[in-house]
Amino acid sequence: MEKILDVKDLQINFDTFAGQVKAIRNVSFHLNKGETLAIVGESGSGKSVTVRSIMGLLANNAHVDNGSIDFKGKDLLKASPRELESIRGNDISMIFQDPMTSLDPTMPIGKQVAEPLLIHGSMSKKKAMARAEEVLELVGITNAKNRMKDYPHQFSGGQRQRIVIAISIVNYPEVLIADEPTTALDVTIQAQIIDLMKELQNKIETSIIFITHDLGVVAGIADRVAVMYAGKIIEYGSVDEIFYNPQHPYTWGLLNSMPTLDTSSDRLYAIPGTPPNLLNPPAGDAFAPRNPYAMEIDYEQMPPFYKVTDTHYAATWLLDPNAPKVEPPAAIKKRQEEYHQLVAEGKIQSSVKGGAKDGE
Amino acid sequence: MADNSTDIKFKENSFKRIEQHNVDEQEKISAPSLTFFQDAVRRLKKNKAAVISLWLLALIVVFSIISIWWTPSDPNAQHVAYANLPPKIANGQIPGFTGKANVGGRIVDKYAQAKVPAGTYYVLGTDYLGRDLFSRLMKGIALSLLIGFLATLFDLVIGVPYGVVSGWKGGRVDTLMQRFIEIISSIPNLVIVILMLLLFTPGLGSIVVAMGITGWITMARLVRAETLTLKTQEYVLAARTLGESPFKIAMKHLIPNLSSTIIIQTMFSIPTAIFFEAFLSFIGIGIPAPNASLGTLLSDGQKTFRFLPYQMWYPAAAISIIMIAFNLLADGLRDAFDPKTQE
Amino acid sequence: MANDSQKTPKKLIEVKHLKQYFNAGRPNEVKAIDDISFDIYEGETFGLVGESGSGKSTTGRSIIRLYNPTSGEIKFYGEDISKIKHKDMLKFRREMQMIFQDPYASLNPRMKVKDIIAEGLDIHHLVKNDQERDARVNELLDLVGLSRDHATRYPHEFSGGQRQRIGIARALAVEPKFIIADEPISALDVSIQAQVVNLLRDIQREQNLTYLFIAHDLSMVKYISDRIAVMHNGRLMELSTASEVYDHPLHPYTKSLLSAVPLPDPMYERNRHRKPYDDSIEHDGKERSLKEIVPGHFVLATDEEVSLYQASAEEYNEQ
Repeated sequence: MEKILDVKDLQINFDTFAGQVKAIRNVSFHLNKGETLAIVGESGSGKSVTVRSIMGLLANNAHVDNGSIDFKGKDLLKASPRELESIRGNDISMIFQDPMTSLDPTMPIGKQVAEPLLIHGSMSKKKAMARAEEVLELVGITNAKNRMKDYPHQFSGGQRQRIVIAISIVNYPEVLIADEPTTALDVTIQAQIIDLMKELQNKIETSIIFITHDLGVVAGIADRVAVMYAGKIIEYGSVDEIFYNPQHPYTWGLLNSMPTLDTSSDRLYAIPGTPPNLLNPPAGDAFAPRNPYAMEIDYEQMPPFYKVTDTHYAATWLLDPNAPKVEPPAAIKKRQEEYHQLVAEGKIQSSVKGGAKDGE
Repeated sequence: MADNSTDIKFKENSFKRIEQHNVDEQEKISAPSLTFFQDAVRRLKKNKAAVISLWLLALIVVFSIISIWWTPSDPNAQHVAYANLPPKIANGQIPGFTGKANVGGRIVDKYAQAKVPAGTYYVLGTDYLGRDLFSRLMKGIALSLLIGFLATLFDLVIGVPYGVVSGWKGGRVDTLMQRFIEIISSIPNLVIVILMLLLFTPGLGSIVVAMGITGWITMARLVRAETLTLKTQEYVLAARTLGESPFKIAMKHLIPNLSSTIIIQTMFSIPTAIFFEAFLSFIGIGIPAPNASLGTLLSDGQKTFRFLPYQMWYPAAAISIIMIAFNLLADGLRDAFDPKTQE
Repeated sequence: MANDSQKTPKKLIEVKHLKQYFNAGRPNEVKAIDDISFDIYEGETFGLVGESGSGKSTTGRSIIRLYNPTSGEIKFYGEDISKIKHKDMLKFRREMQMIFQDPYASLNPRMKVKDIIAEGLDIHHLVKNDQERDARVNELLDLVGLSRDHATRYPHEFSGGQRQRIGIARALAVEPKFIIADEPISALDVSIQAQVVNLLRDIQREQNLTYLFIAHDLSMVKYISDRIAVMHNGRLMELSTASEVYDHPLHPYTKSLLSAVPLPDPMYERNRHRKPYDDSIEHDGKERSLKEIVPGHFVLATDEEVSLYQASAEEYNEQ
């Protein structure tokens, strides 16, 4: 499969009064053409910083200390501001979390949607407006033709997010980065937006990076998933592999602490403690102090990525051949059993034998 | 993403499970506890201009306080014989303070001309009535600071409570209080002072009354706006659900969170008030003769500026320094209290 | 959690025909709550679910008397709260407490943790001296799982989950009987949400508390609640036990809401069918009120619709 975006060994630090925060610690991932990659993590895990670095939108006190972001043979980190500008909003565009603040309240929406086309100078104004109308229709704004001259406040929250999406896809970008696009929305609207994004992906053949902390949303939209914790990716694989055959204890904890509609046990599983302070990240696995399966080595050395399948890797010492066999939590075991059954029934393609080529 | 487990050395017990977890350890906060103000002070210290301004102002305040009891000579005493002497320090060795002046192209020792006894000198010279300008400048600055202090007082005593009550009560009370403010603020300050002149003799009194009528309005408006947002904050709601009385809520929750706004606004209103007084004195409806104020000093100096520039330079420098220092300090405080504005 | 069904549970809260309009009578009038009625029984957790703008938070704030109702009444232990006299107000404030949504806005940034927690102790004079005060604060910190050295820290030094626990300690300090939790976990990370929910349940069991749990996260509400009410456009659409609402939803709005909940299960998500809801059926001008369709299961319906809902309830039984 063709890689459209390839991030390697990314390292980003933030200078603060208290010292240097190691926000991104050696993150590598790639995005295949036409797929949706979900990056999951809690606040402070570095998922937003990672994608902002792709867009060149980092805060002033942030600096990229290492790594490369390869987009169609060009390293975005070395690109000039002018080159970045032509890529931004044209080849790669971004959807932000808050539909209220990403729209200009003083500009009619038709003009706002057409703006990226006019900025990049690829179209006449008339053509741009026609395209804007077409795209608004595409994202499900009914009667788009007559609503082009309406202002953002005349639309509901869900419609506004649709307009935000319209702006980001009006150029038919090759990569669409969505930073928690549904977090501020109600579940029914969220479901509509997710359906819309899936539909759009088919129509305009874009590749999507979807940032979220909501595992339910990930299950609905992603082809592949990368789980981040404390500035590192700790597990990645296909959506089925992450949800039905997770390997890292943090992924276990995340999946386990969400009640499903049929959870009825007396207590929820809760990951104890809080994420580490990235001013002084721990030497070993950052999750170790919260990990009920922690071993000595977790406190001493960072685990490498162990291969589970061709597409599935996890950075946990538990996968080392020397590690003792551990029993995952009951709910996770249930997921794993379900997985084997689904694979046996042929409902899920196991990528152990062939499948998409991944990893190096 | 490659598997790079090749060069790792394992110890014997590397894979021993750790059963005991100390999560408490992890929840410990290691950084020293900083209060909001300590944090703000730390940020303020990084701002050089603000720190220098702060020191300058401290120095000026000390000088002004001294001037209450002691000045080099009586600031209002006239020695007509010693009129218009240029600045001189000690034996007149320091350039600019030699006691000599250029009269018609010749350098003349003015002190010798006026037969000033040796050992008597005026650091900043004397004015047209032979009054010691240094003493007058000290008094003038002290008066300015007094005005600044009174402005602060009005801000705190009228402006803050007015704003808090207006914002907290909301509704009809708020509308009424805001209309009242609009009415007062629509009358120009100068008109108020001139009206005051009809009631009082010109002087400190009428300036203070004028300030008391209008000086606190900006503060009241800012505090009201802030209170409107603060009162919907969940910690204020929490205090209400706990049964806290409105007065206690104002003292415990509103004022501490308004403090940065209050301090910053005070720092801006002090120089405004100082300039207001200087301006009134300059045009002759402020502090009456013979008392010194920066405004009267400037006004006197300005009349002889072409021949005796020192009479205006020093008070002009003094008022400029005070204004700039207060403004820089206020800017520094704003950045220190609200780190978001910096980035 | 579940009440012993043998005993008739005591009504702690009775909400009757509550209406809460903002800017009433003006052109920008908002009917935040439009005639709702429900009871909360002692010891139970009552879940109130709805989307933003449904009026669920307003309901909580009306019950705790942050707002004065436009009409209708709210009874607490049988007493109308809008008629509580000034001198009894303090007692009412002790018995009912609230946990807020935003852990960043719910703690005064200028106060130390111990002063935040002790705020209620001071107001109600529950401690005699500083030693007693500190001892009680430490006790509360232990209760919510925070370390005692946290007492002298300021809120900004804590993470979201820790802040939420401080907020819980503040509410518990006055030993309330009834707690309104207004979206207490929606601003927290997944791994922290479970910690807070477990804490709330533990405390409920220890202190025999009654909760009104307001949320938009349906899976968490189902997990924590005994009974659930679904709110939409200021009205209650459906009210029943948690499992009834989830397993046998009757109102189309509830069905639509449930069909939209994302679950961490890719197979489920692939086969999910959203059920869109058209709220025009609410605006046909007919009088609707909560009707008991099957015992304990109420749906907002006209008299004619009752039989329709009863028929669909039958269908569930046949399955």
